[in-house]
Amino acid sequence: MADAVALERGLRLVGQRVIRHDARDKVMAATAYAGDWAMPGMLHGVVVRSPYPSARIRSLDTAPAAAMPGVAIVITARDVPHNTLWTDVPGQTTEVGPLRARLHVLAEDRVRHQGEPIALIAAETLEQARDAAEAVDVDYEPLPGVFDAAAALEPGAPAVHDAGNLLAHWTVKRGDVAAGFARAEVIVEGEYRTQLVDSAYLEPESGVAWIDSDGVITIRLSTQVIEHFRDVAEVLNVPQNRVRVIGAYLGGGFGGKEDVTVEVYLGLLTWKTGRPVKMVWTRQESLLARAKRHPYRLRYRTGALRTGEIVAQEIEILGDSGGYAYLSALVLLYSTVTAAGPYRVSAASVDARVAYTNNPPTSAMRGFGGMQTVFGYESQMDRLARALGLSPLEVRRVNAIRRGDALPVGQVIETYVALPELIDRAWAGLGEPTRPRAPHLRIGRGVACNLQPYGRIVWLHDWSSAWVGFEMDGSLVVRCGCPDVGGGQASSLCQIAAEVLGVALERVSVHIADSALTPLAGTTTASRQLYMSGNAVLKASRELRDQLLAAAARLLDTGADAVAMVDGAVHATDGRSLPLVELLRACARMGVPRSHLGVYHAPAGEPVDLEKGSGKVFPDYTFGCHAAEVEVDTQTGVVRVLKLVAAHDVGRAINPQSVEGQIQGGAVMGLGYALMEEVVVQDGINLTTSFASYLIPTASDVPDVEPLVVESGEGLGPFGARGIGEPPIAPPAAAIANAIEDATGVRITQLPITPERVARALGLIADPQ
Amino acid sequence: MRLSLTINGRSRDVDVEPHRTLLEVLRDTLGIFDVKEGCNEGVCGACTVLLDGRPVSSCLVLAPTAGSRAITTVRGLEGGGELHPLQQAFLRHGAVQCGFCTPGMLLTALAFLERHPGADRETLRHAIEGNLCRCTGYAKILDALEYYARG
Repeated sequence: MADAVALERGLRLVGQRVIRHDARDKVMAATAYAGDWAMPGMLHGVVVRSPYPSARIRSLDTAPAAAMPGVAIVITARDVPHNTLWTDVPGQTTEVGPLRARLHVLAEDRVRHQGEPIALIAAETLEQARDAAEAVDVDYEPLPGVFDAAAALEPGAPAVHDAGNLLAHWTVKRGDVAAGFARAEVIVEGEYRTQLVDSAYLEPESGVAWIDSDGVITIRLSTQVIEHFRDVAEVLNVPQNRVRVIGAYLGGGFGGKEDVTVEVYLGLLTWKTGRPVKMVWTRQESLLARAKRHPYRLRYRTGALRTGEIVAQEIEILGDSGGYAYLSALVLLYSTVTAAGPYRVSAASVDARVAYTNNPPTSAMRGFGGMQTVFGYESQMDRLARALGLSPLEVRRVNAIRRGDALPVGQVIETYVALPELIDRAWAGLGEPTRPRAPHLRIGRGVACNLQPYGRIVWLHDWSSAWVGFEMDGSLVVRCGCPDVGGGQASSLCQIAAEVLGVALERVSVHIADSALTPLAGTTTASRQLYMSGNAVLKASRELRDQLLAAAARLLDTGADAVAMVDGAVHATDGRSLPLVELLRACARMGVPRSHLGVYHAPAGEPVDLEKGSGKVFPDYTFGCHAAEVEVDTQTGVVRVLKLVAAHDVGRAINPQSVEGQIQGGAVMGLGYALMEEVVVQDGINLTTSFASYLIPTASDVPDVEPLVVESGEGLGPFGARGIGEPPIAPPAAAIANAIEDATGVRITQLPITPERVARALGLIADPQ
Repeated sequence: MRLSLTINGRSRDVDVEPHRTLLEVLRDTLGIFDVKEGCNEGVCGACTVLLDGRPVSSCLVLAPTAGSRAITTVRGLEGGGELHPLQQAFLRHGAVQCGFCTPGMLLTALAFLERHPGADRETLRHAIEGNLCRCTGYAKILDALEYYARG
């Protein structure tokens, strides 16, 4: 790679396919997930939920439920000290203004989506709690609802919130778009629709809370964000240092455990009863009521010259936030920034809105608004290629963004962009074309590229901290508040510390995700933990190494640059060595600290004025290209993905096996999004609240994804790593749609690409309209 | 009712209501948490255990019907502190991410491979289709199974 940074030489552990400590625990089923926890005298908590998507609560009588056997407490909104959680989202248009309530802990006089929490119950047994939930007497007055984002913005639409249904609005303008279109020699237009989907982690939302012997409300749960201890404190109206959140190793998160889940409810129940409480949501409950990925309507108009060079883009985005705001405004910002894709464009406009409806709420999910737009901009690239008679690869190569180019929001890409290599390698990875097995089975190929930010928005001033220290026997301890969602977050921290401090990986213990006992590290979201906490551990380890080596140099009467830590000992260049244990004892005698707290601050910045395209939104981006080969049955519309090659520049693979796992798993989740997954909602009623109706890919639905790991060394993470948790989920849908057009000549513009939609496009069945 | 269950070769006596599922008795009554609950409706496979060597979704089995049969959970795979070779294959090939599906996946695959030693990758792909995994995309699980099947 021409201008890629040369990889550091001599790394011992970083870059190795090491076996993760958590994997060893997990194959033995020794890992105690949140739902595997129990406390003596524990109550069981359940949530009473609204059956209506839009209704007024005329009255709510909890007396019959409270009188049921075994019931310890029934809680409604009026029992909650502080029932509303707020969030502030700077930077959006003044017409919308600051964001209003993000979440009601429990509904007050109004419900805005099916499954909205109304009341909480804790009882001696789970059955008793469930029976009591049935006995809560709620008198609902059903209200007119609105179930489509476009309809919600029409005049006279039922108001989901009093201040109107427009939740957020971002706009970007760069260059003279009208002049760009006037100059264009070809213009392609398209409207695309993406669907509502669920994170569908295998482990439902779960946790146990108790009041510890020191009086601190302690909540051990499955969460991506232990910092929600502050939200619990706010809701209970207690000091923040009286709430502790312990994050168990998660059975999957994918963004669905970024917002609060059970912790606020558990906090309320345990605080009010004084007893330990367990809450585990059922699968049906999780699919019914948890925040999901936003359905989008995307409109694209793209103008280009005959050479393929894009000269104008006009993009309109409309998202559905469901009944509450959650993180929708930020998700929409990600869409706004990524809307034109990883391509140079001199003139572009983006108009992005998200509206309240009475559909299930939507919020964070892997890709966080950087996903839906890929289906739009990468479908457009193929349309452009067709209109120009160029190859899809060529159109992408011509426009691929490079270091020094700016995104439409004005952010200049400061790191190397490997897109040309990624495109070539992904395409080559498909190998020889598959021969059709029968005349009605058509084979086609397509590609899709993407860019995905890693790390949080720069004006959020993101930071992470980690503590690294030696015990007297030379074993090493890492403490970091980072939750591990299953991607190997904790294991990578061990690898980094062991690398720098010259100890064997087996000599490292890591303690993660405890808001009281581990240095705070921020959320395991936004593909940020390896980047942020990896850098914090790297910094702590290097400082610790330097202070120990300075002591060793004094003991050996040599210079600090003449000693190194290798294999559990300090070695001097003159051949002498000092066992680590002796050095640590000497440090104890000399008062030299054997630990260090490292704090890493991400590049910071001020909120940008998007319309003026004033600058930086994210620290950096990860780029990728997927190539798909599909077989389309032209008699039934069934699409099979035969090959999927997924290439990403990960900067540096700390553990290549974990990186490949992220790429393969993300791509398969993206394949589910492309072909089968959809939360079906009819007039606000969720019809897919079971794994029998909400279909995620099984082993036999998908090919083996071939991961291609490119290491430019250009990332901002430790050893040049980039984030890779989210990026691989986004390209498959567009790559598959492009391959279907290659195979059959028909373009599918709505997800998921079901056999019915393909058959309709092929003219096999008549359109009902 | 009084029930005697044989779990990983050890007999455990429990008092249960006859409508309890095997999953409820294992997790809630006996505290055997190596069996996971993912959907409680027989779709995801996370609660798989072996009954006389055959994989079942323990959320669909009434506990009393398991009374006279050998129940194996993933904890029953280790021998003398050593991981089972299939568990080792999962580690070697990076087949574990969040790990929530892992116990059920191991048991389903092992039961299948005992009946179909040397099964090829495509056969193995279908053998595990009743066990959902949301993290790995299955490729590394199949790598591990194929490696084990080839001895």
